[in-house]
Amino acid sequence: MLRDAWLVATKDLQIEWRSRVTFSQVVPFAGLVLVLFGFALDANRPVLLQATSGLFWVTIMFVSTLAVQRSTSIETTDGARRALLLAGIEPPAVFVGKSIAVAVQLLAVEVVLLAGVVVLYSADVEAWGLVFATCLVATVGIAAAGTLLGALVAGVRARETVLPILLLPVLAPVLIGATRAFDDALGSVAVDGWSWLGLLAGFGVINVVLGALSYGVLLEET
Amino acid sequence: MVSIVSLQGVVALLGRFPALAGADLEVGESEIVLVQGPNGAGKSTLLRVCAGLLRIESGRAEVLGHDLVTDRAAVRRSVGLLGHDTALYDDLTVEENLRFWARASRIDDEAVPAALDRLGVADRLRDVAVRNLSAGQRRRTALAAVVVRRPRLWLLDEPHSGLDQGGRDLIDQVILDAASAGATVMLASHELERTLDLATRHLTVAGGTITSDERGSREPGGHDAA
Repeated sequence: MLRDAWLVATKDLQIEWRSRVTFSQVVPFAGLVLVLFGFALDANRPVLLQATSGLFWVTIMFVSTLAVQRSTSIETTDGARRALLLAGIEPPAVFVGKSIAVAVQLLAVEVVLLAGVVVLYSADVEAWGLVFATCLVATVGIAAAGTLLGALVAGVRARETVLPILLLPVLAPVLIGATRAFDDALGSVAVDGWSWLGLLAGFGVINVVLGALSYGVLLEET
Repeated sequence: MVSIVSLQGVVALLGRFPALAGADLEVGESEIVLVQGPNGAGKSTLLRVCAGLLRIESGRAEVLGHDLVTDRAAVRRSVGLLGHDTALYDDLTVEENLRFWARASRIDDEAVPAALDRLGVADRLRDVAVRNLSAGQRRRTALAAVVVRRPRLWLLDEPHSGLDQGGRDLIDQVILDAASAGATVMLASHELERTLDLATRHLTVAGGTITSDERGSREPGGHDAA
């Protein structure tokens, strides 16, 4: 299974690298959102600093819908979904592979955004370990939930609009947990970030297990 | 006769619509079976059922000795399907696409250059991104992906679609070679003039049932009966 998951992940990343969608469209979009939030709140600097964690993760939520839509369309555009079934790749391997590819793209965007909040918002990171752990654990959950819902709406005609409507509420626990953990790491609110990391880990595990178990059903034709 | 496809009273739904409404069919080794019929008759559905892609609602069905209800995964691994879609990734090159599908199918990707050569896309197009191919070149590349799998059952839905004369002749030869090598080919086509000469049997599908089943001019194995 790991071999097949790696095959799917490297294929998706190779396609991404060729198309440059992440770097030419998604990263500029994320940067733009960050700058616009900055313009909106810069007049009240303390509010901006206090809201930095939330703004970071709201931006990642928006970016995740783009990344998942792209990941889904790779398989639906020319019937590759069907060919994956015929090739005999186990559906959990497809799920894991596609989730890994989405996660790698999101992590790349998070690195750029992190630099953005440090430079543009003058955010002062007090606990880099907590920041990296939060990014990693939250991204696993986002990628898994997104890949699962992407497959769920793959056959829906208006999937581009349906996906965010389904995905953003599902990601609410990530938004809350990751924001709280970042609050601690940035020193903007006195909370125990590591305990919020536990919530994120739980969310990630549930979505990875749920995705691995149900992805086969979602890949099937009716 | 070694049974490759065996359908008895197979019903398959597309939504609530019975796209196959009680199909009975026996297909043996090395046969080239032409499936003809008007649009919406159930030709593509028949091929998708035989590929294990569409669930059957009732009836009994076996493909390559595997039950289509309980062992669909084994059926899928054993067949090669060329559908209306080409299942190619636009941003990968022709060769990268074929290597991916070979590895995904657990086939040595050493077979890829020979398959590309066989379909006449090796020299000029190997390193071209699929998005830059013409419709005919995409079709050839998709068929090369089937060739790489060396399936025992080929399911080809309008294989000549979008091809020029040379491409059509080449596809015919690939089909004949596959049958000569022992594979069974089922092809859905509207190009009766071309495919009637190719087939060992002609099925006519109408309203989701097989309404006629006649012998063709060719013997199983790809040899001309004349």
